[in-house]
Amino acid sequence: MSFIDRTARSFLLAELVSGMALTLKYMFKPKVTLNYPYEKGPLSPRFRGEHALRRYPNGEERCIACKLCEAICPAQAITIEVEPRDDGSRRTTRYDIDMTKCIYCGFCEEACPVDAIVEGPNFEFATENREELLYDKDKLLENGERWEAELAARLEADAPYR
Amino acid sequence: MPKLTVDGIEVEVEAGATVLQACEEAGKEIPRFCYHERLSIAGNCRMCLVEMERAPKPVASCAMPAADGMVIKTDSDLVKKARNGVMEFLLINHPLDCPICDQGGECDLQDQAMAYGFDSSRYAEKKRAVKDKELGPIVKTIMTRCIHCTRCVRFSEEVAGVGTMGAVYRGEDTEVGPYIEASINSELSGNLIDLCPVGALTSKPYAFTARPWELKKTDSIDVMDAVGSNIRIDARSSEVLRVLPRINEDVNEEWISDKTRYAIDGLKRQRLDRPYVRVDGKLVPASWDEAFAAIKARVSGLDGKKIAAIAGDTVDCESMTALKDLMGSLGSANIDCRQDGSKVGGPRSSYIFNTTIAGIEEADACLIVGANVRAEAPIINSRLRKRWRATNGDFRVGIIGEKWDPTYKNDYLGAGPETLAEILDGKNDFAKILKAADKPMIIVGMGALNREDGDAVLAATRAIAEKFGMVAGEWNGFNVLHTAASRVGGLDLGFVPGEGCLATNDILDGAAKGAVEVVYLLGADEVDMSKLEKAFVIYQGAMGDAGAQAADVILPGAAYTEKNGTYVNTEGRAQQGWRAVFPRGDAREDWAIVRALSGALDKTLPYNNIDAVRARMVELSPTFASLNVPTKAEWTDFGNAGEMKSDGFMSPVRNFYMTDPISRASVTMAKCTEAFVKDAAAEKVA
Repeated sequence: MSFIDRTARSFLLAELVSGMALTLKYMFKPKVTLNYPYEKGPLSPRFRGEHALRRYPNGEERCIACKLCEAICPAQAITIEVEPRDDGSRRTTRYDIDMTKCIYCGFCEEACPVDAIVEGPNFEFATENREELLYDKDKLLENGERWEAELAARLEADAPYR
Repeated sequence: MPKLTVDGIEVEVEAGATVLQACEEAGKEIPRFCYHERLSIAGNCRMCLVEMERAPKPVASCAMPAADGMVIKTDSDLVKKARNGVMEFLLINHPLDCPICDQGGECDLQDQAMAYGFDSSRYAEKKRAVKDKELGPIVKTIMTRCIHCTRCVRFSEEVAGVGTMGAVYRGEDTEVGPYIEASINSELSGNLIDLCPVGALTSKPYAFTARPWELKKTDSIDVMDAVGSNIRIDARSSEVLRVLPRINEDVNEEWISDKTRYAIDGLKRQRLDRPYVRVDGKLVPASWDEAFAAIKARVSGLDGKKIAAIAGDTVDCESMTALKDLMGSLGSANIDCRQDGSKVGGPRSSYIFNTTIAGIEEADACLIVGANVRAEAPIINSRLRKRWRATNGDFRVGIIGEKWDPTYKNDYLGAGPETLAEILDGKNDFAKILKAADKPMIIVGMGALNREDGDAVLAATRAIAEKFGMVAGEWNGFNVLHTAASRVGGLDLGFVPGEGCLATNDILDGAAKGAVEVVYLLGADEVDMSKLEKAFVIYQGAMGDAGAQAADVILPGAAYTEKNGTYVNTEGRAQQGWRAVFPRGDAREDWAIVRALSGALDKTLPYNNIDAVRARMVELSPTFASLNVPTKAEWTDFGNAGEMKSDGFMSPVRNFYMTDPISRASVTMAKCTEAFVKDAAAEKVA
């Protein structure tokens, strides 16, 4: 019996018809694809994207050069050098992140006692050559200034769960 | 010998031991802040509380003498609760600024809060803030972090002997600091930083530089003085960042001098990192081959008598061995390791610290001749002070030479040889003290021996040693205090002129007259360079100091942090240090440079690695066969009795903070000189 059933189905193109039916069904459903880069999906406040160094509202940089992020970094992507600033406070003279080494684990952000180094929502920082991915302190601070509104909002949104 | 039970383990401790020591004997860890093995007991941090049976409340184990039949518990609920409580009290006024604190990562409070503290704070009130004190160019203070353990107060009072630190006000308002606003004028002040269990006293030159987990730690030996302090060099990549003491009960206990600790920043400046050759009166950079070719052109065919070598104060024994052998193969015995021209040498017992540094603690009277021990060897001075304290002041110290402040009670006897003669004749009152003493000792400094009549002074001091029974049986109270780390090693190796050959002063005079044409300076910077103008000078060393300026060929060597080296301290104790970082640029280890030069001169030395050099050193002197123990020297005849001049003994160390090329290039040492050396301040004004 099964032999007849199978033969009949293949001669009547049953699989093709059911496939086309599914296609027809989805033609009337709403689209799930996004027209990237003109459209983008939603991001969690915990999304771990490009790094940024933040500042306090009065413009003072947050980073106090405690080196905890450097110590925790499993990929050893962070390099910090410290010297006392003219006013005697502890500040970095060098804060480098090698974005080609970074594995975006977010430990640096977790370790930071002053919320200075954060991983922001930006994931679109592809470059044309490797060197541009070796971030220095200026680049990270610039990121911080550019993304501060989003960064602050994300930290606030996630604060109750920390 | 009281017997007591700690957590069910029965232990027997020496009479006079504390409960804390008994607990350690039983293998139990007791947290503590104020207790320190080398300081008196204060009992004010209360962290070491333990439960004692039949006691109404927990007792502070560090201050409780162990007694027979005590039953101690160190891990009961009561003890845990007590520790938790004490830790909470300590943290009430401690700022939680670990991220910006230099002690972070090596902080007793941090570690013990992790182990014995609560997980969170219940304290919501305002915290105390304390004004920082100014303690000079070495110690940085953040007094808000202070937990009032008073270790620094006890250290400066007991070990350093400068009673400038103290605690004022009471309770929460207690402030630790100098009573009057003044820097701590002590050569040992850097040890306060190690002692402080929190980040209240930290290192100023090292401020914010690195975290302890980033550092590579290497065991080494200090070369800033002849004590041979055991040190640990902390380096990150190619940079030496700090020097810390290693515990060696026989040498430096756990202290090191400020010069040992802070002169290392001199290694970042004025370094020789490539060979130079003088062309038309100007030093121009060259390759190793060019430098060797220039030396070969000058040396080949020259009579060995016209070649001489002087070894400096900080060179290792390996390079002196290689240079001695090279000079030998060139037919010259004009070699000298005494660049100050001092009259030491001869039998071994005449130039070492026979008593040993630890042996000072058995002595009961001491005569110091021509040595400013505090400036020449602060670690030995602290031993003398320790002895003086242990005997409640019965340890009598007589000083001949310049007046200096040894930080303990002393009898100033006179300025020079006349006083020496008085004592020998028994005319001086101190002679009676020496006569009455069981184990008297004498310390003869370079200030007494680097004079023209050094030999006669040596003979006179030997006569005193004999007359007052300083050498009897096992006890040998005759001591020479050197100022150069390389000196005893050089003398042991025989880096001294051969029969009828030239010593340092003769070499210099010969060079001025033209009798000596080639002078090889192995890290020697303290000789009179003006006399070397006519000669062809080869300078091998790490620092661009006086020697490099006078040189015709510069061979860049390695500093003590950059090579594996053997050093013999003033006791005759051979010790080895390891390389912490690699030499700068083209510089190489010193023995290897001499070995390479020997190849270029077609006098190839028979060793290709450092082990072979060390085997050769053992051949030259049995000192190097047994490391880390001072070999006893036989008491023999030495010195030539003769007329002594009348002028007083002058210590060669005029400024403790600057004695060699490394410390002269150091910024920290320059700041210390400005702050602490009165003459220098006066000079600056003038």
